[in-house]
Amino acid sequence: MAEGVLVIAEVADGKLNPLTAEMIAAGQRIVGEVGGIVNVAIFGSNAETLAPEAVAAGGDLVYTFAEAQLDEYLTDTYVPAAEMAISVADPAIVLIGQTSNGRDLAPRLAFRLGAGVVMDVTEFSISGGQVSWTRPCYGGNARAVLAVNTPLQIATIRSKSFDPLPADTGRAGDTIPMESGIDAGAVKQKLVSRETAQAEGIRLEDAPVVVAGGRGLGGPEGFKPLEDLANVMGGAVGASRAACDLGWYPPSQQIGLTGKTVSPDLYIAVAISGASQHWAGMANSKNIVAINKDPDSTMVKNARYAIIDDYKNALPALIDEVKKLKG
Amino acid sequence: MKFVVCLKQVPDPETPASAFKIDAAGKKVVPAQGIAPVVSPFDTQAVEAALRIKDAQGEGHITVLSMGAASARDVIKHALAMGADEGVLIDDPALTDVVDPFVTVKVLAAAIRKIGGVDAVITGRQAADWDWGVTGPGLAEELGMTQATFAKAVTAQNGNLVVERVLGDGFETVSIPTPALVTVSNELGDPRYPQLRQIMAAGRKQVTNYTLADLGLSAADIAPRLTLEKLYIPVKESQVEVIEGETAQEKAANLAKKLREAKLI
Ligand SMILES: Cc1cc2nc3c(=O)[nH]c(=O)nc-3n(C[C@H](O)[C@H](O)[C@H](O)COP(=O)(O)OP(=O)(O)OC[C@H]3O[C@@H](n4cnc5c(N)ncnc54)[C@H](O)[C@@H]3O)c2cc1C
Repeated sequence: MAEGVLVIAEVADGKLNPLTAEMIAAGQRIVGEVGGIVNVAIFGSNAETLAPEAVAAGGDLVYTFAEAQLDEYLTDTYVPAAEMAISVADPAIVLIGQTSNGRDLAPRLAFRLGAGVVMDVTEFSISGGQVSWTRPCYGGNARAVLAVNTPLQIATIRSKSFDPLPADTGRAGDTIPMESGIDAGAVKQKLVSRETAQAEGIRLEDAPVVVAGGRGLGGPEGFKPLEDLANVMGGAVGASRAACDLGWYPPSQQIGLTGKTVSPDLYIAVAISGASQHWAGMANSKNIVAINKDPDSTMVKNARYAIIDDYKNALPALIDEVKKLKG
Repeated sequence: MKFVVCLKQVPDPETPASAFKIDAAGKKVVPAQGIAPVVSPFDTQAVEAALRIKDAQGEGHITVLSMGAASARDVIKHALAMGADEGVLIDDPALTDVVDPFVTVKVLAAAIRKIGGVDAVITGRQAADWDWGVTGPGLAEELGMTQATFAKAVTAQNGNLVVERVLGDGFETVSIPTPALVTVSNELGDPRYPQLRQIMAAGRKQVTNYTLADLGLSAADIAPRLTLEKLYIPVKESQVEVIEGETAQEKAANLAKKLREAKLI
């Protein structure tokens, strides 16, 4: 009988991404209550090297698909590979990351397998062996709690929603090498080119300090003082969708519902009004500072600290004061 | 090429949080007073994507398809005024307040089969109400089409669609054969705005109404896979401290001091 959890790992820059460990931790919480084990499927040439990392993060059984054809994500290769992993692990619940790959994979896989799917889960509770999944909706204005009625359930997990378990390199866990058996004739998508935005310095998602700019900056040059502030504070620069849509900053740095999720120790929102869809990507920041001309903006009202001023005055002054403190 | 673009009518996603209300017992959103519903913004961009291909090729036929209440005629009219050729509305009392995108996919897929001979289906990346992001890939699987999600540009070349996709860490270009399904992201850019003359012309374009029976679907075919247990508005605690100071320098110094005390610097 189907039981337990299967986590579809995601590999980025030759490593498991942090979300994988977060999903494994969520999986352990689930099997702790409903039984079964946490299976992990890893795709790509170096899957076997990464297996110990998945075990240390809390994986009980790791299926590795060490195939070069899985090094780059394509719907047409990942759907059958995930299908194969599901058929051998026979889980009741599949967890997939709410990333650009997971958003593409999970719904298609769900329809292939007749499974109910809940996207963008940030919390869950379990009662009587039944999982209730919580997800934001209406642009982050509301939360929906949903149960899945099918025997196989698929959920995508938003990053930074669950704490990973402390890595335990002494943990026992088996690894089983697998073959996806992908039918090359059924792979219709052709990857023409891929261009990875090389973020300089710290990755937005990992930065302890994020300085983000919005439409109120007035132009791409408005991001210069934000970069300077991020530099002196050891942080990264993000942007609202309005600023990205205007072409002032790359979409890979967009924070929010359809962009990145960040939860830094300090989030400094400069000339961002604080729309619910933006808030969706930074609500878990430990401390929020708003720098805005408008004292009534949502960003100011919901921040921890606010400076009400033109950013053109506030930022140079702040860079200066931070430099003084840092000596 | 024959296109179908799927559209959804949603409460205006720019509705201020203060006007956003929920009927907790009914587990649904209460329409905000005086704020008209809109076409889900990614869907107008889906129409735009189809129109750009049609313009570039100098031929093509675009059917816009919506599942919704009678009021969803407005979103179809908007797309027709943008330049789409005809509309189909699936309006059935059994489809009121659908939460589960599985239901939406079953219904839209049946309609797309009925329309027939479709080369490309284009949808928004997600609807701005439930934010599921399931309908596009779900339809692709249901209809056996190759998919490309999160498009910022789509062109047709020798019977294939070439799609520039927005990824979390950059971009990629994929080429997919038709019949294909593409979901569009906001990076596609602004959709065209209908001119008065086009709005008038749209009035003469055909809109067909279908019910579930017309699509050959029974209640059992669209039994949801999800149960909505609860819908609520999360509480945001706001305890903002506005930093005092006569000058920007003074405010900055005071903020830096606070951040230092909180060990954030
Ligand atoms: C379906 C959907 C998904 C979306 N997803 C996202 C998402 O992922 N991320 C996202 O960010 N948005 C998203 N949005 C858009 C969101 O609704 C807002 O439109 C957007 O976040 C606004 O960006 P902004 O705050 O930069 O601009 P605005 O709302 O225009 O705010 C500008 C702010 O700058 C301030 N300002 C102006 N000049 C100055 C100055 N000189 N000094 C200081 N302050 C100044 C103003 O007071 C104002 O508060 C989405 C919208 C929809 C419908």
